[in-house]
Amino acid sequence: MTAALALGDDALVLSHRLGEWAGHAPVLEEEVALANIALDLLGQARVLLSLVGDEDELAYLREERAFRNVQLVEQPNGDFAHTIARQLYFSTYQRLLYEQLATGESPFAGLAAKAVKEVAYHQDHAERWTLRLGDGTAESHERMQRGVVALWRFTGELFQPVEGVEIDWRSLNSGWLESVTAVLQQATLTVPAGPQFGAWTAGAGRQGIHTEPFGRMIAEMQHLHRSHPGASW
Amino acid sequence: MTAVTADQTAQAGAGRPEGADEALEAAFDRAVAADERIEPRDWMPDAYRASLVRQMAQHAHSEIIGMQPEANWISRAPSLRRKAILMAKVQDEAGHGLYLYSAAETLGTGREELLDKLHAGRQRYSSIFNYPTLTWADVGAIGWLVDGAAITNQVPLCRCSYGPYARAMVRICKEESFHQRQGYELLLTLSRGTPAQHEMAQDAVNRWWWPSLMMFGPPDDASAHSAQSMAWKIKRHSNDELRQRFVDICVPQAEALGLTLPDPDLRWNEERGQHDFGAIDWQEFQEVLKGNGPCNEQRLTQRRRAHEEGSWVRDAAVAYAEKHTAVRNGEATA
Repeated sequence: MTAALALGDDALVLSHRLGEWAGHAPVLEEEVALANIALDLLGQARVLLSLVGDEDELAYLREERAFRNVQLVEQPNGDFAHTIARQLYFSTYQRLLYEQLATGESPFAGLAAKAVKEVAYHQDHAERWTLRLGDGTAESHERMQRGVVALWRFTGELFQPVEGVEIDWRSLNSGWLESVTAVLQQATLTVPAGPQFGAWTAGAGRQGIHTEPFGRMIAEMQHLHRSHPGASW
Repeated sequence: MTAVTADQTAQAGAGRPEGADEALEAAFDRAVAADERIEPRDWMPDAYRASLVRQMAQHAHSEIIGMQPEANWISRAPSLRRKAILMAKVQDEAGHGLYLYSAAETLGTGREELLDKLHAGRQRYSSIFNYPTLTWADVGAIGWLVDGAAITNQVPLCRCSYGPYARAMVRICKEESFHQRQGYELLLTLSRGTPAQHEMAQDAVNRWWWPSLMMFGPPDDASAHSAQSMAWKIKRHSNDELRQRFVDICVPQAEALGLTLPDPDLRWNEERGQHDFGAIDWQEFQEVLKGNGPCNEQRLTQRRRAHEEGSWVRDAAVAYAEKHTAVRNGEATA
């Protein structure tokens, strides 16, 4: 159950962040694309949370400390390059994770087999934009590099084993690094040299330790539901 | 590319012998009269082209501005099911914007140019989106009433004389009717929910009813573009006809919802076989149209900001494409 909660919260929280782009995207095609990714993730979240309990109780009535998502997905959108860096890091992780889960005998095999197709598109979307922004104009290059560096310290947490997720975490980590490095290099970007963990953030999100913006995010998300206890929507 | 084609057409027109335009116009009139579709490469009067561009642009702009009041509730949607429905709906609106800008492009006017006009305040979008979404029930009221009014307006456009517009409308109307049912179902759930939810639903209907009736435009005797558009079969029913049709559809639906429509003069007229309804506040309509609605400033500011803040992204995409097309071409010749 820890596992379903961890993977479900990742999808739920990232979906919420992507939903915040609605009406603000840089071009109409990206309104469609970002909403599409957000919808895929929300669909995954609903399946995963339903394995644990009532999806709405879990999404709307848990306190901040009870969420088990990695800190990467809760990071605010920033500019489009920042969002794309977050997408690149997370979608690469999620594709490798689901690929392994889809072939194993875990309770997530069915979900993973379906989701891996969606996530392959998310990764393709992120990689294409990383290339365009990294190798586009001087300004886009600089912004993309900033996003890649700023989020780097949240990536180590992706490879902390999650109880109940029976995969080869070491190969997930090396596969991720190989894939991300190749894309960044092709995009003429520098692979960040800093640590992949902050001072005390190793596995923090999975233990319910989040960053400050997350509290405000779920306050907004939960407000209406909590204002009408017991109501149906 | 389409702009070049339009220029070429104009040049060709300038070089034509006397009387050729009359023959073309007569052929166009016959095609319209016979309910044939006019296609992008067909000759058409300049005024017909301009009128279509104006209408399609306004429609496209309405789709993308209309994303804002609903997107306002995505982050607060009270259940995951509703959140998914709302996100999908807002995404559909972006998609409708894309089809409509593409359809307008077939007349030689590109998306960039139309967006510039929107941002400069030189083209309009539907005034309904200048009203705020204050509660969750507004999402339902928009679906039921605003999408309902839009469908009443748009279903006849599926038979519009201009082919690309008519075809875009077929797809859009299917999705809109889906949205309308979802909005109705949202309101029904609220109306049958707790007293606070019921009150929220009634309040939203009270606020959205009259602006929805205004969506059909000014009364027939005061509508600037109506007569010519009807003659060209861009438009097939008058504003007042469509408004009446909408009222007649809504009355039984409101009863089924257990909600009242905020009009003391609304009653069945046995003689006419239609509902009578109260006077619309055209003063308010004109004020909102002039830019003095509750959200005109906010909507346009957000649109301009998204466009301006996105300019470096669009520039990067162009620069990347140019760079890599050049590289590929270089490789091909080497």
